[in-house]
Amino acid sequence: MNGGNGIAIDVKGLTKSFGGREVVHDLSMQVKRGSIYGFLGPNGSGKTTTIRILCGLLTPDSGEGTCLGYDIRRDAEKIKRQVGYMTQRFSLYQDLSVRENLEFVARLYGLADARGAARDMIKRLGLSGREEQLAGELSGGWKQRLALGACTLPSPKLLLLDEPTAGVDPKARRDFWNEIHALAAEGLTVLVSTHYMDEAERCHEIAYIAYGHLLVHGTVEEVIAKSALSTYTVTGEDLNELAAELTGKPGVDMVAPFGTSLHVSGRDVAALEASIAPWRERSGLHWQKSHPSLEDVFIELMGRSKDNFQ
Amino acid sequence: MSAVDHPAPQHEIRERFGFLRRSYAMLIKEFIQLRRDRVSFAMIVMLPVMQLMLFGYAINTTPHHLPSAVLLQEDSDLARSILKALENTAYFRFLYEVHDVEDFDNLLKSGKVLFGVEIPRGFERAVRRGDRPALLVAADATDPVAASAAIGSLGMVVQTALKHDLYIGDPPEMPFEIRAHARYNPAAASSLNIVPGLVGTILTMTMLIFTALSVTREVERGTMESLLSMPIKPVEVMFGKIVPYVLVGFVQAFLIIGIGVGLFGVPVLGNLFLLALLSTLFITTNLSIGYTISTVVQNQLQAMQMSMMFFLPSILLSGFMFPFAGMPTWAQYLGECLPLTHYLRIVRAIMLKGATMQNLHFDALALAILMLLAMTIAVTRFRRTLD
Repeated sequence: MNGGNGIAIDVKGLTKSFGGREVVHDLSMQVKRGSIYGFLGPNGSGKTTTIRILCGLLTPDSGEGTCLGYDIRRDAEKIKRQVGYMTQRFSLYQDLSVRENLEFVARLYGLADARGAARDMIKRLGLSGREEQLAGELSGGWKQRLALGACTLPSPKLLLLDEPTAGVDPKARRDFWNEIHALAAEGLTVLVSTHYMDEAERCHEIAYIAYGHLLVHGTVEEVIAKSALSTYTVTGEDLNELAAELTGKPGVDMVAPFGTSLHVSGRDVAALEASIAPWRERSGLHWQKSHPSLEDVFIELMGRSKDNFQ
Repeated sequence: MSAVDHPAPQHEIRERFGFLRRSYAMLIKEFIQLRRDRVSFAMIVMLPVMQLMLFGYAINTTPHHLPSAVLLQEDSDLARSILKALENTAYFRFLYEVHDVEDFDNLLKSGKVLFGVEIPRGFERAVRRGDRPALLVAADATDPVAASAAIGSLGMVVQTALKHDLYIGDPPEMPFEIRAHARYNPAAASSLNIVPGLVGTILTMTMLIFTALSVTREVERGTMESLLSMPIKPVEVMFGKIVPYVLVGFVQAFLIIGIGVGLFGVPVLGNLFLLALLSTLFITTNLSIGYTISTVVQNQLQAMQMSMMFFLPSILLSGFMFPFAGMPTWAQYLGECLPLTHYLRIVRAIMLKGATMQNLHFDALALAILMLLAMTIAVTRFRRTLD
């Protein structure tokens, strides 16, 4: 196979505009074969658009690259044969049964034994006994499992999953991620977009994208380290009041409530400590220096990118 | 953060006239949505204007310039006078002059002419001798409305013309007898005309809607996105969506013809296999046009409206409701672009006149061209990406 250098996705300078608004700006990324690559970023940041460009559903205005060794501009049809794309919205036929949907996909990809392939997938998905149920009548979790099953049925080399676990309960989410890891262990490359931090932490590599710009990428540890963020966790009374008072002070880049505590973070440690000094001795407040979590990093990135691009 | 910066302002809620307020809210929303849907908005104007134009200008139940033929078995001054007189009425237009009975019959059978005049050998001499010979007139009565108006006008017209040419003295007495023959439908039963016509009309309506909704439905339900990400080509999508409905259309055609024969006594004089073959062609043409509509519009409402835009002229200009020959030339040209026009000729000719493929190759070819045209547009219009 061409492009056998261990890179599944290799794109440079992707740009895409809709109606004069740039949705993806000069985006470059590399995804290693067999890895799970997490795509994070606020709503409308260009995640879906990037995924659609990768699977040939959209043509980039500029930029180039390869997907599984095929040119994303010229070889869209070849890419489609080897890529499973799971859309954000459930996009199987609601008025077809589980089995009929899977057989449809199997036939479309030209599998020799479509019925057999569908039957095996139903077993693998644990949908035995529900194969004649209409897809539209399944619960959210089952719909999502079925959609994943339909994507993996033709044995793709790359899976593109666009917010696959939105609106799915925690148990189903965990099962889903176990499945993703099992698939990656078999050599499948997975690009998955998500809003959930726990999911981001289960990825081999992550990238953060905001307003069409890819801001940071690497392993979770690398991304946290690159942020150079210092974080204090405050517990105590009247935290809402404290948050209001600290917001906007020099060196305080982010103030975010986490349950019963408040995270106060900044990139400039000296300025941050100077700003919070007056409150550190206040009674009823307990300050503790902590490691920034991935969520701290992202919220800070989100706030920063707003300043840059709005 | 924003919650801290901007506390939610408190707005007063009014309880009075709640019914009106809520209705008003709904009304405003509907207006905005209507205004955003440009195509629907355009149809609101286009549909009535189009109907008015068609009914007002194109439709005329009194036919004129009926395509006619003359079977000339003698070339005499009297014969020329009669033809001239007929043509001057503007009811008839003589397109063909034949000398052979078989050619004459074929012209009528294929629908190339709706009217024929036969001037027998020795006609002029017989008139001069005062033998009152017969002038044979044959009308295609598959459309009784068109035929009867033309036949009705005959006697008067000829009489006036001949008086002018001094063939008849005063008091006027016809020196020959006009023998009109309403071919294919001697009893002028309108069901003979309408039932075959309904086969075409019903098929147009149902086939168009089936496929017109097919692509927009996939887009609206969100299934198009995953379909496009799979390795399937536009032509394959099209064939997959059209073929099942060819069967549906076939069943419908069979039903209507069966009822027509069983209940209304409409004959099927021609070859059933030919009828089935050309009906399949017509069904496929309509499905292709419906599919083309569905690749052009953005939602199901627009698809329905666009189908109406196609269906209306099909009914009005095809010769189903009103005689084709009665329409002005521009409307006839428009009619020629509609599959129903050609199919009506085909189905009436096969069922009522026993026509063969030889008589119908023009209309069959027209249907095939319209079908290929629609398919080509559909395949090129089909968006392979979401751009």
